[in-house]
Amino acid sequence: MIEIDSLTKRYGRHTVVDNLSFRCAPGEVLGFLGPNGAGKSTTMKMVTGFVAPSAGSVRVCGHDVQTDTLIAQRHIGYLPEGAPLYAEMTPRQFLEFIADVRELSGGRRQERLDEVIRQLHLGPVLNQSIDTLSKGFKRRVGLAQAILHDPDVLILDEPTDGLDPNQKHEVRELIRSMSKEKLIVISTHILEEVEAVCTRAIIIADGRLLVDDTPEALAAQGDGDLDEVFRRITQGDAPAPDQEDAA
Amino acid sequence: MNMIKALFRRELQSYFATPVAYVFIVIFLMLMGTFTFYLGGFYERGQADLRAFFNYHPWLYLFLVPAIAMRLWAEERKSGTVELLMTLPVTPLQAVLGKFLAAWAFAGIALLLTFPIWITVNYLGDPDNGAILAAYVGSFLMAGGFLAIGSCISAFTRNQVIAFVITVVVCFGFLLAGFPLVLDAFSGWAPQIIVDGIASLSFLTHFSDISRGVIDVRDLIYFALVIGTFLYANTIVLRWKQADL
Repeated sequence: MIEIDSLTKRYGRHTVVDNLSFRCAPGEVLGFLGPNGAGKSTTMKMVTGFVAPSAGSVRVCGHDVQTDTLIAQRHIGYLPEGAPLYAEMTPRQFLEFIADVRELSGGRRQERLDEVIRQLHLGPVLNQSIDTLSKGFKRRVGLAQAILHDPDVLILDEPTDGLDPNQKHEVRELIRSMSKEKLIVISTHILEEVEAVCTRAIIIADGRLLVDDTPEALAAQGDGDLDEVFRRITQGDAPAPDQEDAA
Repeated sequence: MNMIKALFRRELQSYFATPVAYVFIVIFLMLMGTFTFYLGGFYERGQADLRAFFNYHPWLYLFLVPAIAMRLWAEERKSGTVELLMTLPVTPLQAVLGKFLAAWAFAGIALLLTFPIWITVNYLGDPDNGAILAAYVGSFLMAGGFLAIGSCISAFTRNQVIAFVITVVVCFGFLLAGFPLVLDAFSGWAPQIIVDGIASLSFLTHFSDISRGVIDVRDLIYFALVIGTFLYANTIVLRWKQADL
């Protein structure tokens, strides 16, 4: 369960997230959409307790992220934008470090490590330094780190960015397979991804919530073309092909 | 405690995962040897003690310790891993302590590897080994003081070079706080009590007694306070920079 109430973030005079409110429940896969710079990542940073909001509140599984930061963070698995990793470590060292910090121990620790290594096909690169891995592998190490403690809430900032079509497909399958018991929020600007895995889509632009609907209902507005709907909503008028769109 | 241990292990591991650790240790030992035997005149003094060795520690630390400290937070910030770290269930204090202790342990390892000098002096004469041990403790504490300053400054920037240069300057100020170079800047206008206060902050004054083998509780408290203050400031900088990102 995530409850976001009047969440606002200002940097100087610039408002990045403007009075955003919504909630979502387990079983939902929420696609968080918007043009670049719309405030998607900032919202995610506030939900995960990295950035403090200027106003408003976020509760994760009933715990206020500002006051009960650590408890809320234990419920969250987070893949930050760009999947930052400790480059000099190997995936094995890195995942063991995450397991330590997540306080996994004994049989469960080994079980979870084996499970994520299998799910994300990290076996062949376990002892190679992360530095030397391809972008796809790095992204998968980032995902493995996020799901290692089997969290109730998964926040994934552009999880399939930089993956090839096969890897994208696998990550989407993984998200789908976990979606029953978890609450998953993914930010993306790949619209086909929303249709493929999300049960709900929220579109924001300039930090404000513009649309909150199912992907099917959204697509229906544009005669089945989500790109068209996205452009119309985020640019506030008919599509202008010469303007740079968010995709 | 387990959390600090996990962070400590990861950080220390990362020193040795790259050539940084080995380059640092080799340079550190070479400079220590050069200073002791050539500039310090270890043989010429003809005395069985390690004064020639310890006298140069503050000056070597001035450049070498900021080199260990500069990456602590600047690198995390640059690579974005600070976001990963601070969204794990870790408090800023745990993160600061884990990293600081790893850097301090690393400095300790480098310091321990100077043991051939201790063997040399014991082979040549009959030194006061208690005094030498005390001086090692003092040197280690001073390294901790420099590291805490460096760690705090590293949290301000994503640029390691900036972190290094500013740390050197601040540490230089702390080293010479008891000397005219620093005091003259204050004595013209500040009340005597402030000038005295600044003078008492000098690393050199506090280290010089310990390096002669005299462990005064006040010197120990002094270094503990420097470390504590800067690490606390470090957690504040971390929170502040984070809210601002």
